[in-house]
Amino acid sequence: MKVLRSMVLVSVDDASLARGAQEVFHALLDEIDEFGLADQIAVTTIRDVGIHEDTPLVIVYPDAAVYGSVTVADVRTIVEQHLFKGNIVPSLLALMHELPPEVGWMRGRRGALPVQQRIVLERAGIVDPESIEDYILHDGFQALGKAVTQMAPADVIAEVDKSGLQGRGGAGFPTGQKWRFVASAPGSPKYVICNADESEPGTFKDRLILEGDPFSIIEAMALAAYAINAQEGYIYIRGEYPLAYRRIAHAIQQAEAYGLLGDGIFGTDFSFRIHPHAGAGAYICGEETALIESLEGKRGMPRARPPYPTTYGLFGKPTVVNNVETLANVPPIVRNGGAWYRKVSPSKSAGTKVYTILGNVNFTGAIEVPMGITLREVIDIYGKGMKDDRKLKLVQTGGSAGTIVPASLQDVPLDFEAFRNAGVSLGSGALLICDERTCVVDLAMSILRFFRNECCGKCTPCRIGTLRLYELMTRISEGEASLTDLDLMLRVSEAMSEVSNCGLGQTASTALRDFIKYFRPEIESHIVEHLCPAGVCPALHRAAEPIPAA
Amino acid sequence: MEEQVSELDLVSLVDRVVTQHGATRDAIIPILCEINRLLGYVPAAVLPEIRRRIQAPQEGMFLADSHLYSAVSFYQLLSMRPIGQHVVRFCESAPCHVVGGRQVVEALQRSLGLKPGETSRDRKWSLLMTSCLGVCSVGPVFLVDDDIHGSVTPEQVPEILARYG
Repeated sequence: MKVLRSMVLVSVDDASLARGAQEVFHALLDEIDEFGLADQIAVTTIRDVGIHEDTPLVIVYPDAAVYGSVTVADVRTIVEQHLFKGNIVPSLLALMHELPPEVGWMRGRRGALPVQQRIVLERAGIVDPESIEDYILHDGFQALGKAVTQMAPADVIAEVDKSGLQGRGGAGFPTGQKWRFVASAPGSPKYVICNADESEPGTFKDRLILEGDPFSIIEAMALAAYAINAQEGYIYIRGEYPLAYRRIAHAIQQAEAYGLLGDGIFGTDFSFRIHPHAGAGAYICGEETALIESLEGKRGMPRARPPYPTTYGLFGKPTVVNNVETLANVPPIVRNGGAWYRKVSPSKSAGTKVYTILGNVNFTGAIEVPMGITLREVIDIYGKGMKDDRKLKLVQTGGSAGTIVPASLQDVPLDFEAFRNAGVSLGSGALLICDERTCVVDLAMSILRFFRNECCGKCTPCRIGTLRLYELMTRISEGEASLTDLDLMLRVSEAMSEVSNCGLGQTASTALRDFIKYFRPEIESHIVEHLCPAGVCPALHRAAEPIPAA
Repeated sequence: MEEQVSELDLVSLVDRVVTQHGATRDAIIPILCEINRLLGYVPAAVLPEIRRRIQAPQEGMFLADSHLYSAVSFYQLLSMRPIGQHVVRFCESAPCHVVGGRQVVEALQRSLGLKPGETSRDRKWSLLMTSCLGVCSVGPVFLVDDDIHGSVTPEQVPEILARYG
């Protein structure tokens, strides 16, 4: 058996690949071979390194030295000096970023990666996602061991309660409370479902967790199962994430081989099995009752609620359905205690949140930061400013079902409470940042088309409403609408949010209402003057100067 | 290729796939996905075959062909008719849209000579629209079969498609 002395990780995200990461990877293998170190050093690739300018990165463990940008020419020096002789090469290390004072309280991630506070993505990008040994070396399965050998199921729920953890799928429901409902619900067996049907446009945080740290989800599901007394769990992964599915299926096999899933876990009488399940392409299956219907082999159409899945879930049994990111918070909470988790964020909402930064900024990607950071900070610090120094026009938060935040509200802190007070949804954590070239009619059309396509067709307000709203918005973009159409749209929107059966219909026109609220003059100019101020709508005239937001 | 699958082959195919995934309710969607993957679509003829194998009245489970039909027709990754040998799926969701998606989808339509939803006469290409694929940090994005192409400009489109020649 070979004894590994060191582990070398090469970043292969898109930016790194574009700058020759593949060549660096092969050069490393060749040099390591040349120095006769192949038996002692493992080289692997990682996809998520956060947002970093100095890609490709080469990270050497256990020293946590982060080199960047590494070129093929640097490889020999790194191998000879660091891996062979054991000296870190300071001249090749990646730059450490200076932090502005307002975010100085954030703790840095290990090494020299940009400062974020990582809990759920702590291991993503620094462990081998296909190695259970590596996961165990990085505190893996400690929480499960502690729970099943030292804690009663009710203690686990109490700890999650104390942490203040709220669901990260969008609704923000307290996780401990949900678990207690299921634990106390009559009926058996009970089920744990991990909702990995991440389909909200602009959201890929769950994919990063599933691909980068799959064992954490296995461990978290086992903890949930122990807390609510379930023996079986399902993880429903959207069909568009084949790599995440393979990683999870592999992780389940390894955990079974190590006795960490199956019968008699940690020598106790606790038994738990997980079935991986791939979806077949439907946004609506992210809604928990639609997901359950789909698991049962049917169309993914949401059920009428109540009864909620906590009492009538999979196969009619009490079921916990948790989002991937929510679950990823659970092992660290059980390991370190709920009180520790409460202290992570200075804001009222507990813990960290993974955001995906998208659109017209210089850097796009995922970040994990404590609750309470503001949009301005996200754009300036993590997004590295607006692309081409253009002006910020609006941000859509929480995906296509989310709200529109005009530039004037960018200093509202991002946490569940402050956002709710400002009438904004944090939702899934997607932050779509749009500059002044964006036309609100064109963007609204794209969002409404999405809901027209993804509506399941079960209830009338949503089935007809999503279609009519899309048609009306298309008419506006073609200069064929009248001003009364705006009021008609608001009436349709109101009816949809009042009486639709599920969240899809209730939120499909959230963005539309915000567009009309904040950008009415721009929409009216399409209707009245047949003028698209941003110069996007092809059928209309273009204005010389963009019309500012209200 | 799809037309050459005989009825006998379909029966043995369904046998194999059902055995692999199990004859249970929660296996229905995975079974349909597997058949779609193997044949490129789910022929109507397999539905009664699947139904026969999963029907278990003694366990209170009654399935009708219409039940399976309703499932196949619902999900976007399942197709009820043969589609192209290469399938282009363009993400038309907002994050790809605001970073220049419109120009890319126009380039795709020009290069392929297809409108969204169409399959070429020679069955070589299909152009489908899809919702968010979760690789939004490198938009605009499209898939060709299982390959993701990100940060695409309209100029790159002909060259990318040519690789599948």
